[in-house]
Formats: sequence, structure tokens, C-alpha cells
Amino acid sequence: MTERIPLVDYLVLGDEPHLSAHECTSCGARFFDRRNACAGCEGTEFKDVGIAREGILRAFTIVSFAAPGVPVPFVAGVIDCDGTSVRANVINVEPDADHVTLGMPVRFATYVVGTDSAGVEAIGFGFEPVEGSTR
Amino acid sequence: MSEAVWILGIHMTKFGKNPDKDTVDLAAEATTGALADGGVRMKDMQILAAGNLMGAGLGIGQALQKQVGQTGIPVYNVSNACATGATALRTAIMAVKAGEADMGLAVGVEKLAGAGLLAGGSRSGDKDTWTPSGRYGAVAPVDGRIGTETMPGVFAQIGMEYGHKYGGTSFELFARISEKNHAHSTLNPLAAYQKRMSVEDIMNDVMIAYPNTRPMCSANCDGAAAAVVVSDSKLKTLSREQQARAVKVAASVLTTDPWQESCQVLPDVNTLTRNAATQAYEQAGVGPADLDLVELHDCFATAELVHYDNLMLCEPGGAVAFFESGAPWRDGSTPVNVSGGLQSKGHPIAATGIANVWEVCHHLRGEAGDRQIEGARVGLAHVIGLGSACGVHILERAA
Repeated sequence: MTERIPLVDYLVLGDEPHLSAHECTSCGARFFDRRNACAGCEGTEFKDVGIAREGILRAFTIVSFAAPGVPVPFVAGVIDCDGTSVRANVINVEPDADHVTLGMPVRFATYVVGTDSAGVEAIGFGFEPVEGSTR
Repeated sequence: MSEAVWILGIHMTKFGKNPDKDTVDLAAEATTGALADGGVRMKDMQILAAGNLMGAGLGIGQALQKQVGQTGIPVYNVSNACATGATALRTAIMAVKAGEADMGLAVGVEKLAGAGLLAGGSRSGDKDTWTPSGRYGAVAPVDGRIGTETMPGVFAQIGMEYGHKYGGTSFELFARISEKNHAHSTLNPLAAYQKRMSVEDIMNDVMIAYPNTRPMCSANCDGAAAAVVVSDSKLKTLSREQQARAVKVAASVLTTDPWQESCQVLPDVNTLTRNAATQAYEQAGVGPADLDLVELHDCFATAELVHYDNLMLCEPGGAVAFFESGAPWRDGSTPVNVSGGLQSKGHPIAATGIANVWEVCHHLRGEAGDRQIEGARVGLAHVIGLGSACGVHILERAA
């Protein structure tokens, strides 16, 4: 079986891939990066919590002009996952304003970013439109 | 209660391409212009605050002194993203308010003509082997894979988020905001671009990050601006003419973004602007309805919309209706960006936070020529630098 590694450490692979946040045990603020302390309450204790796999597209842009090496166009957005905001691309969708709309229901999805010289696959994530949605 | 602080002299260079002038030339032009405008000299200055974001760390303040006057005064080289100019101005104002100086100089300068995307403008390639690094343990660059780091894309989302929350936004609405600023710019000879553009021109231009097309993005250009600030007691010792042209700094505020649920996912430019505006109105003892003009940080058309709300020029959620009413046009009830704004006047980063104060002062002094807002008495200048920092200055005409 091909060895796999997540694109970022807050992506948890396995049977049901999902994102994981560091939640402040004092105030409940959630963060995806390595923490020194809580930016909301200065607390220093955190526990890891899984993030909902479905959400609502709260903001997006369709990037047509980016750094060399970044394939365009692509859809970047902010997804409200049951109260936790997540930055991600919207994937498996036509990158135009007819197919991507504010408030659109989306769900978590993973894909292969690439394979390195050791044969390890890097796995990335995004959110895709929920099938059957009328939006 | 510390005494009032006044703008004694202020100057901005023409914004645009200046291949024959370097950063120090532009800073010197703005500085000597501001000193002449105030009828003072470098030897009268007791503090210099200087900003040049792209050359941060190189000591623009000392380099400037070496061309216009080395008087041995303290220099504070400041850096605060797009709020760098406002930070320099606020630094000089704080020195006067603290009683450490009775006259000070603030300058901001940038050489930016021809610069491309300012963040997310480059991305290193993937490495041979995936190795986690950084605060997110990323094994490869994430720009374009987990959202976007480009400024047009970040600010596009900020405008779209407002639309999600309150409704009423569209590609065309944002383009019409840009149409206003480009129309305003035709009256500003110092603007980098003075071209009237139709909504169709704007919407059909090169798409950068939907819904922001190229003319809806701030224009990278060269420019500088400088201001001389003076204490109230010192001003009283100066000539009648100097006193008559001085503009009162009714409020000077700098804020950063307090923690909010999503602020580390998409920058929250709203809370810190609202906080700065609230403090500024309180300091100045005026409200949004008292403002005769506003220069706000329209780094993208999508940003201008949210700041109508953040600066409380409208009811919460009412930014679209505010724009639709015609209020922010130069003949409207609250003229916004009569200079042409960053989209057409241009955005030489560290100069912007002083240049917008210059624009307001120009009107309050009744010296704005063709674009004069008649009878202007009170104006507000706002900038925001991602990261974030927000500067708000409220200025009042001498009585």
C-alpha cells in the first residue's frame, strides 16, 4: 500500500479523513496551527477536536491571477463548519460564479497533491458541493 | 488632558511611475514640500517618524536626513503593512502629545511601480521528499492549495463575506464602487490614473480574483507624503497665516485586530476598524453624520463596501443601501474617496496613510481646486494594513 502523508498536520487521514483543531480548554477558541497560547484568553491548555465534515460556503473568490506554479483558476473560500471557520479551496466544481455561490452547502473531500521521490503520496483537502443540492 | 496637536504643513508627491527618482528622492520631495507648506525647517523638527515598507530595516529616516538635514533628532523607522504611513504620523503625534516634542515630522514613501502581486506573489516549488515544516506542519506550499494568499483574493472574500451576511452584493455592485472612484480621480492631478471608466469597462477588464478585476485593485505606484505636526502652544507662537492654515488633529487612533472566531482563517478587517472609528469619534466629539468627506482604505472595491459599515457611515448591514443611495459620490451626503482612492490615485503603501490625510487637509483648507468639497470642516482618513493594523485620523478645519 502506498505510504501517505497529510499536506498539513491538522488533516487527519484514515477511514474518515477530517480536520482537527486545537481547542482552548478555557474559552473554546479553536486554532489550526501550533500554539504558544490562546489568542482569545491567554490560556495554555488545548485539546484536539474533530471539525465537522459538512459546512456552508461563507465567502469565496475565484483566483485567476496567482504566483507562477499555482494552477488557475481555482476557488478559495471560507467554510463555516458547524461554527468553526475553515480556510480551503472549493474543489470538484466548475470555477465560475454560476457554479459557486455564497451559502452553498459543501462537504469535506481529499485528493492526492503529488508523490515524492520516495513514493510517498501527499494528501490535500478541499470542500466540494453537496450532490443533489439545488444551489 | 494633553494639549491639541495640529497639522502645520503637509505635502504629497504626484503618484505614478518615477523611474528617475529613488525612494530617498521621493521622501525628500515630500519632506521639503511639507516643511515649506508649514513655513518651517528641519532644524525646527524634534522627532522624525519614517515609513518605507519595502525597504523596512534599511533606515529610510536616516537616509532622508542625509539629504535634507542631519540635525541629530531621534528617528523612528516604522513598519505596519499598509498602515505604515498612518503609524508614522501617529508616532509623531504621540511624541507631541507626550510633551517630548513641540514639532515633529512624519514621512511615508514607497517605490512600487511595476510590482505585481504583493503577497502570494511567489511560491517555491515542491521538494523531493515531503517534510513537514512550519506552524501547520505543511509538507508543501499551501498558497493555491488551501485558499489564497494573494491580496486581491483575500479582500475579495472579505467583500463576499459581507454579501453572505447581509445580501445585496454582486459583481456589478462592486464594479460600480470602482466606477465611482475612477470618476472621482479625473479631478485629481496627483492621481496615478485619471481615467473615467464605465461599469462595463471595469467588469470586462482582466479578472484578478473574482469579483475584483484589475481596475478594482489598488494601483501599485511610486509616491511619498509627509506631514509636520505641532503642539497647540507652539502653534500659538507662529504667524497668523500659519495658524489659519493649520488643521486640527481631532482624533488619532491606531488599533490591531482583537481575537474573533474566524480572524486567523480570513483576516478580520472589520472589528479593528470599527474599534478605531468608535475611539476616534469619541476623541473628536463628532459622529459619522458630521463628516464632510472620508478617505477610506479602498485597496480593493470589495474592501470599500465593508468599510462604509465599519466606519459607521451607515447602519449595520446597510453598506449596499448606503452606496445605492449615492451617498459616497462627491455630490452625495458623505463623499468617500474624492481623491480617486487607492484604485486610481494609487497605493504606494507607506505613503498612503499620510496622503489620505493630505487629501482631507486640502479640502479643509479650501485648497482642493476642481475637486473641492465646498465648506468642508471635518474629515476622516482611514487605512488598514493586513496583519492587522488600522489607523483612523479625524481632522478639523481651524475655527
